[in-house]
Amino acid sequence: MPFQARDWDRHPALIYPPYKSTVLRGPTRPLIPLRQTISETTGPFFSPEDLDPNDNDLTKNGRVNGEPLGERIIVAGRVLDEGGHPVPNSLIEVWQANAAGRYVHLVDDHDAPLDPNFQGGGRCMTDGEGNYRFYTIKPGAYPWKNHPNAWRPNHIHFSLFGPAIATRLVTQMYFPGDPLLEMDPMFQSAPAEARDSLIGRFSLDITEADFALGYIFDIVLRGKDATPVQQ
Amino acid sequence: MSHKQTPSQTVGPYFAYGLTSDQYGYRLKSLLQPYTTDDNTIGERIRVIGHVLDGNGNPVDDAMIESWQANAEGRYSGPSGNTGFKGFGRVGTGSDPENRFWFNTIKPGALEDGQAPHLNLIIFMRGLLSHVYTRIYFSDEIEANSHDLVLNAMEETRRATLVAKRQETPQGIVYHFDIHMQGDRETVFFDV
Repeated sequence: MPFQARDWDRHPALIYPPYKSTVLRGPTRPLIPLRQTISETTGPFFSPEDLDPNDNDLTKNGRVNGEPLGERIIVAGRVLDEGGHPVPNSLIEVWQANAAGRYVHLVDDHDAPLDPNFQGGGRCMTDGEGNYRFYTIKPGAYPWKNHPNAWRPNHIHFSLFGPAIATRLVTQMYFPGDPLLEMDPMFQSAPAEARDSLIGRFSLDITEADFALGYIFDIVLRGKDATPVQQ
Repeated sequence: MSHKQTPSQTVGPYFAYGLTSDQYGYRLKSLLQPYTTDDNTIGERIRVIGHVLDGNGNPVDDAMIESWQANAEGRYSGPSGNTGFKGFGRVGTGSDPENRFWFNTIKPGALEDGQAPHLNLIIFMRGLLSHVYTRIYFSDEIEANSHDLVLNAMEETRRATLVAKRQETPQGIVYHFDIHMQGDRETVFFDV
């Protein structure tokens, strides 16, 4: 059964000049429509056995000689499809900067300290109800070279598979009340009505007292197309 | 539909230590690799390799390419899938001296529905706000390609951008496939 089309009213354009590197990298020709076949409606499976116990805990999985610095946070939510159905047993991978806004990636030469106890990468599987949970440190903002005095808002990168390669999604979670959002070309590239769904929601319900603040970030993937096929 | 799709955002330049950690020498144990087989996988061993080029024809050194394919019998891996053959590979273009992507795999068979053998590619990079899909077909599958409905649905010059060139080398079979993000030879990207 095919999936709903990618809703281009919800996704950024492939060439978006305020985000400068799209100008030479975004395809210029219209995408060619592809009627979904078994190639598109299938995808890789992962199992909880593929993961290590601390894979979803970025405050633990990078430790060398102590705890990472910064605000400990919980990021949790549900992965659903457009029909509101949970996406169970699906792999989520995340990566982010440390509290100072520095990535361990060697190419990042921003003048902010590395944290020897923080790598910034993690993953987990959604459970049978589509729920997921990560423990991490709130990532700092960092400068980038897109335009003078450009800063990326605090964000966590998310990669999701869903049930098929057609449902694959890479996105970023932002934080509420961040003053950088209205000036960030990447965030602004999302159509206006869709932007809110990129922002995590602070929640006292998932905040763990005396331990970590909680943010809820639900993600919606493409759903099944229930339209009967005309013979 | 009661819910709306979460917008895509770019993968950015720093995915490697999270998504392709082993390949780049970072600490996290990788779940996915540029190879899709183990020693027991049945099929013709091939390497698929090529450049990712931007609008100026320059190599993209921070792309991530994923590949999904059927096995030699033309079957996709399922939940209780064939041991060792996952059919899914992932590679970054940052470690190769020429910034190429590559996959070490087996040649997929033709599919039951008549589609010619192909790899399904997903492309991510800094500067790409939504990922794009393409396919790699094989130059030696002339008969199968001529009947493939997806290839036949587009005009000939664009069709040519989807066919990898077979080369027999002492080290084995290599298929060459460059991905052109823009320009005269812009690769076909699909709205899947």
